[in-house]
Amino acid sequence: MSVTASPPVPPESSQAPSRRLRLGPSLRAADIDMRLLGMLGALALIWVGFHFWSGGTFLTPRNLWNLSVQTATVAIMATGMVLIIVSRNIDLSVGSVLGAVGMAMAMLQREILPDWIGYDHWAMWIIALAAGLLLGAIIGGLHGFIIAYVGVPSFIVTLGGYLVWRGVAWWQASGQTIAPMDKTFQLLGGGSRGNIGGLWSWVVGGVACLAIVFMAVNGRRQRTKFGLRLRPLGMDVGLAALSCGVVLGAVGYLNLYYLPERVAAERGGGDIPFGLANPVLILIGVTLVMTFIATRLRFGRYVFAIGGNPEAAELGGIKTRWVIMKTFILMGILVAIAAAVQTARLNAAVSGLGQSAELYVIAAAVIGGTSFAGGVGTVSGAVLGALVMQSLQSGMVLVGVEAPIQDVAAGIVLVFAVALDTLVKRRPK
Amino acid sequence: MTMTTQANRGVPLVDMRDIRVAFGGVHAVDGVSVDLYPGEVVGLVGGNGAGKTTLIKTLSGAHKADAGEIYINGEKATIETPRDAKKYNIETIYQTLALAENIDAPSNMFLGREMLSRWKTLDNRAMEQAARQVMGRLNPQFQNLLTPVQSLSGGQRQSVAIARAVHFNARILIMDEPTAALGPAETAQVHDLINQLKAEGIGIFLISHDIHGVFDLADRISVMLQGKLVGTVNRREVTKDEVLAMIIIGKLPGTATQKELAELHE
Repeated sequence: MSVTASPPVPPESSQAPSRRLRLGPSLRAADIDMRLLGMLGALALIWVGFHFWSGGTFLTPRNLWNLSVQTATVAIMATGMVLIIVSRNIDLSVGSVLGAVGMAMAMLQREILPDWIGYDHWAMWIIALAAGLLLGAIIGGLHGFIIAYVGVPSFIVTLGGYLVWRGVAWWQASGQTIAPMDKTFQLLGGGSRGNIGGLWSWVVGGVACLAIVFMAVNGRRQRTKFGLRLRPLGMDVGLAALSCGVVLGAVGYLNLYYLPERVAAERGGGDIPFGLANPVLILIGVTLVMTFIATRLRFGRYVFAIGGNPEAAELGGIKTRWVIMKTFILMGILVAIAAAVQTARLNAAVSGLGQSAELYVIAAAVIGGTSFAGGVGTVSGAVLGALVMQSLQSGMVLVGVEAPIQDVAAGIVLVFAVALDTLVKRRPK
Repeated sequence: MTMTTQANRGVPLVDMRDIRVAFGGVHAVDGVSVDLYPGEVVGLVGGNGAGKTTLIKTLSGAHKADAGEIYINGEKATIETPRDAKKYNIETIYQTLALAENIDAPSNMFLGREMLSRWKTLDNRAMEQAARQVMGRLNPQFQNLLTPVQSLSGGQRQSVAIARAVHFNARILIMDEPTAALGPAETAQVHDLINQLKAEGIGIFLISHDIHGVFDLADRISVMLQGKLVGTVNRREVTKDEVLAMIIIGKLPGTATQKELAELHE
């Protein structure tokens, strides 16, 4: 930035204290988010560590494919939790709501709709899913209304919701397990049929690559047009190439996970890749939509403004109550999507469905850089945070760590990650 | 007793009549009437808790008046929210600046009134360009518009708050302690700006503790004490001591004794 000092006004410091770590000039020139880099580093450490600890099973295509599916439900909900926490609220009820909505969708498929249209009707999954989404939106809207318009703190409202909806999940079927799900509905959960196969996975990877290249080119063009500082060309090319390489490498590697022989035989035999699972595609879609909402729409801007300074948002003429209520409606819808994926994957609904999911969802958002002080957080960070949490959990399952000890480790990692982040932020000042 | 004769100036831009605001049993504003004409600066002064800010919040829509009427250009106005105030081209620069720290200057400038693209998405580039244009006039040295406001200097933050008011073509501008957080050079800059806006025919309510600043800028001075209006005086017809007497002991010019005036400086 050029500072043309002209008296009598003292030159204003455009060199405001940087929040980034002082690293080598090359890294700073690259303008890379240090937090992102740190998270990727942590992820690599976890993956490699568990790979050796498990005797070489963690980084197999099969395990990573499973990991991708397991991450989906928590990550889908974490994208919404970001907006909730950014606006200085919290939602402790997502696990219970997931249980209640999942059970409702299962009841529709097994107990209610079959009386009208019979089992495995072609429209069954659509009706069940639509009803689930609506129910999620209504529950979220109810929470949001009490929080925003009645003025009860979100911690209390959703703590109440945590108890109420868990009870409702049980009450709908009196604690029974409801199974199996509609044949088409099951596809939402992945499994040997719920995926898009090798070819289409490559197509998705290819489209992602084109998008990466387009964004890099477009970004440079815009920065040139407005006379802004450019990264070195090599850096941009390198970053785009690296991102594409990671995407295509991931697709290629996951495509090495083949269908079981029995299933493959039905489709002509041989090595047939699973390809990306439907939950992963849903997650990708949710991430894109939520990123768009958070960064490109007025609503997203308002959520961040409210988190930064609620009074300023109000004085700016923003209907802050309605915005807050909308964040909870959105959260409810995302929980319903996660509930559909989860019940479809398990091919059953149990009254304990989604138990303690809220903790993983909140942890994912926070590890992904969402600040409890409000106003700060990214959707993509939360997804990555979910991947870190899930990697940790799956890894521990893989090496046979007992469940209570898994919780100990997850809890320590959560606090450690946030502590580290706090220290790093404090230092350069 | 009012010492002003405004009859020859036509319809006032703002005419607030008998405004009352109570918090619980406390009368924060108790039957206050003030007015403002185009191209005029009215200083609103008084000690802490005199009710200046509360009075003005009823005009900016941040607070509803319990009683009283507001006329804008001679027509009765209903102002219940900040949005209502903006409809009447009333812009406010709050003492706190009312900036969201975590977002950048253009986003703050357009907060609540974002420019949108054809697809109803935020048109960040258009907003940035508009911000650069306004800033080129207010504070040309301020270039790093796209960093979060929290990392800006006091002067830069102030210019963001002012730019917000200026960009949206305020007809009526409320400035609550606009220079409280600024150094001498930046204060001078704000004073220049006030004179410039005044010349453009904008009416300005200037709320301040700084009696010297108000004397430099204001055409008329309204003094409040304990929620009531002590009086409104023409700046050219009074001395600073007389205004101080109004602020501290609530006595109009000519009614305070020499002894009381002397005690003000002790």
